[in-house]
Amino acid sequence: MKPAPFEYHAPRTVEAALDLLESEGPDARVIAGGQSLVPMLALRLARPEALIDLNRIPELSGIRKEGSTIHIGAMTRQAHALASSLVFEQLPLLHYGLEHVGHPPTRARGTIGGSLSHADPAAETPAVMLAYQARMVLRSKQGERVIPAEEFTFGTFETALEEGEILTEIRVDARPEEGTSLVELSRRRGDFAMASAAARMSLAEDGTCASAHLIIGAVAPVPLRFDAVTDALKGRTITESLVREAVELMDLDQFEFDNVDISLAYRRKIGPVLAERALLQAFNRAEGLRK
Amino acid sequence: MTHHQVELTVNGSKVSMQVEPRQSLADALRSQLGLTGTHLGCEHGVCGACTIIVDGEPVRGCLMLGVQAEGAEVLTVEGVSPSEGLSPIQEALREHHGLQCGFCTPGMVMALHHLFTITPSPSEDEINEAISGQLCRCTGYQGIVSAAKAVAQKQRENRSHDTTVNGKENSCRSA
Repeated sequence: MKPAPFEYHAPRTVEAALDLLESEGPDARVIAGGQSLVPMLALRLARPEALIDLNRIPELSGIRKEGSTIHIGAMTRQAHALASSLVFEQLPLLHYGLEHVGHPPTRARGTIGGSLSHADPAAETPAVMLAYQARMVLRSKQGERVIPAEEFTFGTFETALEEGEILTEIRVDARPEEGTSLVELSRRRGDFAMASAAARMSLAEDGTCASAHLIIGAVAPVPLRFDAVTDALKGRTITESLVREAVELMDLDQFEFDNVDISLAYRRKIGPVLAERALLQAFNRAEGLRK
Repeated sequence: MTHHQVELTVNGSKVSMQVEPRQSLADALRSQLGLTGTHLGCEHGVCGACTIIVDGEPVRGCLMLGVQAEGAEVLTVEGVSPSEGLSPIQEALREHHGLQCGFCTPGMVMALHHLFTITPSPSEDEINEAISGQLCRCTGYQGIVSAAKAVAQKQRENRSHDTTVNGKENSCRSA
């Protein structure tokens, strides 16, 4: 037993959770899947007075399609989303991203919303949601607000969540017609990435690139978007050499992380390589969909 | 600090235990219920030694709090071991040198138990994925993978044998 003592509450509704969050004050923390928070408790990097457990709130779990929007409950398990045919067909980038998240036992508990709220710079889910321009639904006693993914994550372990607020749902436009890819480099399978690249691509009737998105994760406090690269691909016929030229447009000054074990120079070297692989794989998958 | 009374099912039996909120489920299984087969290595979710099955899914026993297990169905290494002798997975691990010090073994057994529950004859890739979250510092994993492949092979033979004997497909037996 390593954590410092804390009180424990398991509310059954979001309303009850929000009441507790208010009454327990800023020294209370919300626990989702616990795959990041419990290690932090064990290492005493977090010492909350109380934990408010969201695991008993059924309304926060599940994935459903309404019109052309996919609604993902914040407490949806990563394993559930990874196994979901709805996710695989409508949001393939989320599927490919989740393949890189931890291991079967951590995905069985870990949640989509928990990963987003924790905002680890090397995590895949924030990069995927940025690539999809997802909307985050935040609820507090004051009501509900919906903000875009790019405004939700704004630093290492920093999000737009304010005191008394809980991420309850993620809304993403269904994208069944696209090719997507998420590739990363990590020391061992399932470890946090040294750099990752997420790409989406859709093709026009004539086979040229109609739209594309490129996000690089794990190299700065937040995942980075590289529109200069994808702008250079739009309207063009995708070839290996075209993609190689385009990734040279990446502004590598935006890369920030420089650690003893993984240097900035190394990240700047692998970032464009991963970008190229992701874009080409997304293109190949988009072509596959046309056949 | 408040203690909580938690009712749950462990290895098929209904049990009740009193836990502090900060106690991990693995910790509670060991100290409150005396089920010391589940090993705690790092106690912060890295090593996988404490892997158990909760409501049909493999989980890290150190990353779930005991208090969160209210109403849960938990399966530990004690629950997959016969009262005498070894289970097919355990037997194969012994046969193929899938353990040396044995500290990671309960977690390995549970991860493999879950794999064989969902995939009766898994491929080598599926075996690698299933044990990807389990650290072993002795074997270099080869022996563990060989053991799992042997169990898969045996299950395939049993099933084809059952098919010829019974004249119908005998599906998904548990390892």
